[in-house]
Amino acid sequence: MTLAIDRPAAATAVAAEDARETGGLVILACSGDLERTWATLVLANTAAALGKPVTIFFTFWGLFTLVRNERGITGQSWMQKMLAMMNPGGTSKLKLSKLNFMGMGPAMMRSLAKRYNVASPQELLDTAKEMGVRLIPCQMTMEMMGLTRADLIDGVEEPAGAATALAAAEGATTLFI
Amino acid sequence: MATTVARTLDVKGQSCPVPIVKTAQAMKQLGPGELVEVLATDPGSVKDFAAWSKTTGHQLVETSQQDGVFRFVLRKKG
Repeated sequence: MTLAIDRPAAATAVAAEDARETGGLVILACSGDLERTWATLVLANTAAALGKPVTIFFTFWGLFTLVRNERGITGQSWMQKMLAMMNPGGTSKLKLSKLNFMGMGPAMMRSLAKRYNVASPQELLDTAKEMGVRLIPCQMTMEMMGLTRADLIDGVEEPAGAATALAAAEGATTLFI
Repeated sequence: MATTVARTLDVKGQSCPVPIVKTAQAMKQLGPGELVEVLATDPGSVKDFAAWSKTTGHQLVETSQQDGVFRFVLRKKG
């Protein structure tokens, strides 16, 4: 299933034209758990559809959602590489916070999602970009985990710090997930 | 003011949040006052479209149901 729309130009943010006055949504995406990431992306897309400006700040384990699926082990030092081995990046490798069972849980969850036509995290991430959702990687986490821009998917903003996230959060609804 | 539907959007079988997201995308391509018809099977969409209309200001002109398919007609604000 694809959510692609006919005119990518329309992509330039549903948020831009509509109802700016409704106040934005800022999500501080700290968790890299499958179910939390899924919820983050559902909320981001819905808020964008409601005409709200949406920003997601990806930090700590949450940042690994933005790593390219095809990327192997990331990191520069042995510790960063070890961590990345235990926690590989990309939407296709997200784990459940409970009932993970070495990946059996997520596999069943994805199979159920497919059966019931629930959009996958990857589809929702792609749509979020189309809808003009701002995706901001946390600079500090990138350095700590040895991630480079080349490790991250296209369409994300320049890495930034907490001040950028909090500035976007001014007057907006803010969720810490 | 338009009385005929300019575009029909079929989101039957799709779950939250796809019906709303696709409707928002389709709305972008309409002119002010034009109508879009959305066909959905997600039972949650009844409340969701009412909420979406309220927040965005696009008017929900009609909600109906036939054979398990919900039909929403929305008018782009203008």
